[in-house]
Amino acid sequence: MRELFTASLVMSTLRLATPLVLAALGGLFSERAGVINIALEGIMLAGAFTAAAVTYAVGNPWVGLLGGIGAGMLIAAIHALACIRYKADQVVTGTAINILMFGMPGFLSGAFFLSSGSTPQLPKEQLIPYTPMVMAGLLVPLTWYVLYRTPFGLRLRSVGENPAAADAAGVSVPLIRYSGVLVSGVLAGIGGAYLSIGQSSLFTRNMTSGRGFIGLAALIFGKWRPVQTMLACVLFGFTEAVSIQMQGVVKLPSGEDIPVQFIQMVPYLLTIIVLAGFIGRSRPPRALGLPYEKE
Amino acid sequence: MLELRNITKRFGDVLANDRVNITVQSGTIHAIIGENGAGKSTAMRIAYGFYTADSGEILIDGTVCRIAAPRDAIARGIGMVHQHFMLVGPMTVAENIVLGAEPGSALALGVTTASADIRRLSGELGLAVDPDAVVDHLSVGQQQRVELLKALYRHAQLLILDEPTAVLTPREVDEFFAILRGMREQGKTVVIITHKLSEVLAISDEVTVMRDGRVVGRLHTKETNAAELARLMVDRDVLLRVDKPAATMLGATTLRVRSLSVRAHDGAARVDRVSFDVRAGEIVGIAGVEGNGQTELIEALSGLAEASTVSGEIRLGDQDITRFGARARRELGIAHIPEDRHRRGLLLEFDLAENSILGVHYRKPAAYAGGILLDDPAIRRHAADIIAAFDVRPANVDLPARALSGGNQQKLIVGREFDLRPTLLLVAQPTRGVDIGAIEFIHRKLIALRDEGCAVLLVSAEIEEVTSLSDRVLVIHRGRIAGEVDPKAATVDEIGLLMTRGH
Amino acid sequence: MILDDRARSAPTRSPFRHYSDGLLGELIFPLIAVLAAFVVGGVMVLVVGDDPIQTYRLLLGSALSWPDGIGYTLFYATPLIFTGLAVLVAFRGGLLNIGAEGQLYVAAFATAWAGITFANLSAWALLPLCFLAAILAGAVWGAIPGVLKARFGSHEVITTIMLNFVAVALVGYFTQYHYKAPGDPIMQTTMIGGGAHIARLGRFIPGFPERIPLNLSFVFALIACLLVHLFLWRTTWGYEIRATGSNPQAAEYGGISIRKQMVLAMAVSGALAGMVGINEVLGYRYRHYDGFSANYGFTGIAVALLGRNHPVGVLFAAMLFGMMIRGGIFVDAFTNNVTKDLVDVLQGIVILFVAAEALFRGPFASHRLLKRSKI
Repeated sequence: MRELFTASLVMSTLRLATPLVLAALGGLFSERAGVINIALEGIMLAGAFTAAAVTYAVGNPWVGLLGGIGAGMLIAAIHALACIRYKADQVVTGTAINILMFGMPGFLSGAFFLSSGSTPQLPKEQLIPYTPMVMAGLLVPLTWYVLYRTPFGLRLRSVGENPAAADAAGVSVPLIRYSGVLVSGVLAGIGGAYLSIGQSSLFTRNMTSGRGFIGLAALIFGKWRPVQTMLACVLFGFTEAVSIQMQGVVKLPSGEDIPVQFIQMVPYLLTIIVLAGFIGRSRPPRALGLPYEKE
Repeated sequence: MLELRNITKRFGDVLANDRVNITVQSGTIHAIIGENGAGKSTAMRIAYGFYTADSGEILIDGTVCRIAAPRDAIARGIGMVHQHFMLVGPMTVAENIVLGAEPGSALALGVTTASADIRRLSGELGLAVDPDAVVDHLSVGQQQRVELLKALYRHAQLLILDEPTAVLTPREVDEFFAILRGMREQGKTVVIITHKLSEVLAISDEVTVMRDGRVVGRLHTKETNAAELARLMVDRDVLLRVDKPAATMLGATTLRVRSLSVRAHDGAARVDRVSFDVRAGEIVGIAGVEGNGQTELIEALSGLAEASTVSGEIRLGDQDITRFGARARRELGIAHIPEDRHRRGLLLEFDLAENSILGVHYRKPAAYAGGILLDDPAIRRHAADIIAAFDVRPANVDLPARALSGGNQQKLIVGREFDLRPTLLLVAQPTRGVDIGAIEFIHRKLIALRDEGCAVLLVSAEIEEVTSLSDRVLVIHRGRIAGEVDPKAATVDEIGLLMTRGH
Repeated sequence: MILDDRARSAPTRSPFRHYSDGLLGELIFPLIAVLAAFVVGGVMVLVVGDDPIQTYRLLLGSALSWPDGIGYTLFYATPLIFTGLAVLVAFRGGLLNIGAEGQLYVAAFATAWAGITFANLSAWALLPLCFLAAILAGAVWGAIPGVLKARFGSHEVITTIMLNFVAVALVGYFTQYHYKAPGDPIMQTTMIGGGAHIARLGRFIPGFPERIPLNLSFVFALIACLLVHLFLWRTTWGYEIRATGSNPQAAEYGGISIRKQMVLAMAVSGALAGMVGINEVLGYRYRHYDGFSANYGFTGIAVALLGRNHPVGVLFAAMLFGMMIRGGIFVDAFTNNVTKDLVDVLQGIVILFVAAEALFRGPFASHRLLKRSKI
C-alpha cells in the first residue's frame, strides 16, 4: 500500500478536489442565504460546456473561463429568479435545471459542432490546468473572511437563518439571496470550466458525472462552513484518487481488482452518516429551502 | 410625530385594518389597546414597513412618507420590537444589533467597535447584556433587551413595542417600565401595543383603543379609567356572562393529576409539579397569563407532549395513562379542543367530511374492513350530522375547511370532539377569534356537556370566560398552580393578582 | 336543513374532487407551462437553424402514428407512470422523493436477480417472485430515507440524492462482478428465466406488431394509478399519509404517528418506483442492463408536478413525456441540427415553468377560477 502515497497521489487528490471545492463553496453561498442549490450539477455542466466551446471559438482559455462564469451565472440567475421571485420549490427547480443542462450541451453541440454532445479537442496551450486549482485554494480563506468578517457575510448568514429578522433589521432579503445564488453560479461555473479546459481538453457528455452532488455532499459534511467543507472536498478527492490509482495495481487475494464501486460510495455514505448525526450533527441554515413571505 | 391616516389592510377575506387613524405625539408614551385580532399589530407593522397598506398614508412630522420596507422606517428613526423577537439565534448579540446597520466598511464588519458602542448604550439605559453572547443562549428577557438595543443602535426616535410584557415577570415589567420612562425623558417616543388595561394606565400618556380593525377611542390616559377602556375594547361585557346553573350532578373523580411536570428541551420546567382533580359533571377552569404553562399542560394531558419531557402521574378513573399516546387516550374518552385550530385542530386543505373524522378515522363509522378502508358515504353522513347539530355554515361537507370562517371552523371541531361522547374534555381557548354568536353557542354547548356528566378542563386567556363558565378556577403562574378560587366569589382583581404575581 | 339534506344525498363524488380548483382550473396551468416550454424550445430550434414548426410536426407525428408511434409512446410512458406515482405518494405525505432513480435501479437489479436465480421455476411461481422482488427492493430502498428522517431528522432530499449514487454503485458492482456473463463487454447481467417474461401487447391486439416492446406492464401501470388513487383516498393509511403531509401537527393531534407515516409513505413510494423494474427487466430486456434508466426517477418529479400530484394527472403527464421521448428520436434523425437532447431541454423547461407557476398566475390572478391554495 505504501507506494500508493506518492507525490502523484497528492497531485491527483488536489486535481480531483478542485472542482469539488469550487462547487461546494458555490453551494455554500447559496445555501447560507437560504436557497437550496442542487442545481450545482447543472451549473457546472453549463460552465464546462461554455468554457470549452468559447475557448475553441476564440482560441483563448481566459475568455473561455469568462464564458464559463457567465454561463454559470445565467443558470444560477434562472434558479434564483424561480426560487426567490416566483417562490418555486427550490429542490424541484434545481432538478429541472439539472435535466435542462443535461440536455442543453448536446442540443447545442449537435448544431454547432455536429457532434453528439462533445466539443472539439483543444490544443494543450489553450488549457488552464493550474489557475483554477490556485483559485480554489485562495477562495477558501476568502470565503471564510467574506462570510464572517464582512457586512455582506453577516447579512448572508442572517437571511439564511431568519429572513424575517433580517428584513426587520432593514436588510433586503431578496437582494442578498440573489447575490448568494449568483456567486454560487460564478464558483460552480469556474468549477465546470476547470473540468473541460483544465483537467481535460474538451467537453464530453455529462462530464461532471455527479461532481455537483459530491460538492453538495461535501458542503453538508463540512457543516456549511468553508474550511471544513474544503477538508471534506479534499477527503472526497482523495478517495477518488485512490480508487483511480488502485485500479489494476492492487489486487484482491483472489487476483481480482478491488471493486471501484465501493470507493465511489464513500462520499455519499459519509454524508448520510453525518446527516443522521452519527459523527457530530450537521445542522442546515434554519431557513434553508423556505421562500421568504411576510406572513 | 407619527400619524397613520385612513390605513386599510386586508389579509385574504379578513379586514385587519379598516380606515385606521392613529396620531402619536412626540415625546410621549402612547398605548394602543385592543383584544387579540383587533388589528393593533397590523397597524404598527404597517408603520414600520413590514406590511404595506392597501390604502391610506403615513405621515411623519406632518409630511407624507412612503414606507415600503423596514429600512425606510429605520431611516426615518422608527424602531420596532416585535412580539415574536426578530433575532437570528445562532449569531451573537453584537452581530444581531449591527445587522443591516454595520458600522465598518464593506470589507470589514467592525464588530469590535460595535461592541464598545453597545456596551456604552446598554450602560446608559441599564440594559446589561453581553455583546459576545450567542442569542440562542439568552433568556427571553435578555433577548428583549437585545431587541431594544437593536432599535436604539439605529438611533430610533420612535420605538414601537408589540406586547412587550407578555414574556416578562412582574418584576421585570417594573424594570422595563422604568427603562421606558427613561427613554421618554431623553425625548424619545414610545408606542406600546398591549391588551392589558393595568399597563396602559400605569405607563401611557395617551391611548388609542382598537376593536375589529377599527379605532374606537382616542383618550388621554389621565382622563379615563379601566372601566371605560374595557367597555370600548370589548363592548360585549353583557354577552360574556353565561347563565349557568350550578353543577348539580357532581360525580366521581375523572381526571387525577399528581405532581405533573413538563420540561422544555433546555431543561426548564414549563409545568412544575402540578396536582389537581377534575370530577365528572364539573368545569374546572385554568386561568393565567398566556405562556405560563397552559399549552404544555394540555399537551401533556392529551398525550401530545414528547413522553421524555413529562414526569408525574395522570390518571383517568383508576387507570394510569401517563405513558399513553394520543390515540390511546382518545379511545379512553378524552376529547381535546386545541388552542390553535389551524396548527392542531384542522386539516385546512381537507374537506369537512375528512376533517370530521380526524382522530376517529380508523374506526367506525369512518372505517370498515378491519379499519383499512374508508367508508365514504358513512363519513359524509357523520360529517353532515355534526354540521347539523353544531350549526356549521355553509353546511356543505365537500368544502375545504379553509373556506370556513373562524367561528364555523371552531364549531366543527367542537362538534367532532363532542361526538366522541367524552368522559373528559380538554378545551383550550375555545372562543379565540370566534364571532360573538358562535361564542355563546359554544359556551352553552360546554355547559350542556358538563350537565351530561362530562369532566371539563377549560383553559382560557380571557378571565371573564374562565370565571363565567367554570365551577372552580385554578390559577396557573409560571407553571405552578398558584391557588384555587371560587369563580362566584372572587373578583377579577383577586384573580388578576394571582395570575401576575403568583400569590 | 335543506343544505344539510343536499350534503347527505349526494351519493358519489367526482373523481376529480381532490383537485382544489376543479378540473378546469387544475388543467390550465400545466397546459400553459407545456405550451410556454414548447415556445421556448421552438426559439432554441430556430437558434440552431431548424424550422420549429417542422420539428414539432415531426415530433408529434412520429409519436402518434399507428402502431409504432403510439406503441413506443406508451412504452416510454410506462416507467414514467410508475416514477410519477412514486413521487406523488411521497409528496402527498409531505416528502420529496428524488431518490426514485436509485430505487428503480435497486429494484430492477433485484428483479433480474430473482429471474436469474430461480430461472427454472414455472411462470406461475417465477413471475410473482420477480414482482415481489421489484416491489420489495424498491420499498426497502425507499424506506431507508424514511427511517433516517423519522429517527434522526435527516432531510429526505439529501439522503435520497446520496442513496441514488450508492444504488448505482452497488448495482454496478453486483452486475460487474457477480452476474455478468464471462467475457461480455457490456455491463449487463445474464438473461432471466423464460417463465418471467411478460407478454407484449402485440400478442393481444390485432394489427399491433409484437416487435414493439409495449407490454403488459403498461396495463399494470394503469392499475397502479387506480390503486394509488384508492390507497390515498379510500384507505385509512392513505388518509394518515395525506393528513401528515397536509399538517403534521394536526395529524399528530388526530392520533397519527408521524414517524410511521414517513416510513410508510417512502416505502410505498419506493415500491412504485421499483415497479419500473417490471417493465424494464420482465417486459423489455429480460436482463438488468446497467445504466438503462434515462433519468426516469428525475423525470418522475416532472410527471408528478405536471400531473398536479394526482394519479389521473400523472397518467397524462407521463404520456406527454413518453411522446416527447419517442418523437425526440425521430427529430434527431430527420432534422439537420436538432438532436434528441431537445427532449431533456423541453422537460427541464416544463418543470421550471410548472414549479414557478406564479410566473403565469400573475396575469390571471384576478380570475376567481384560478385562485388556489398550495397543495
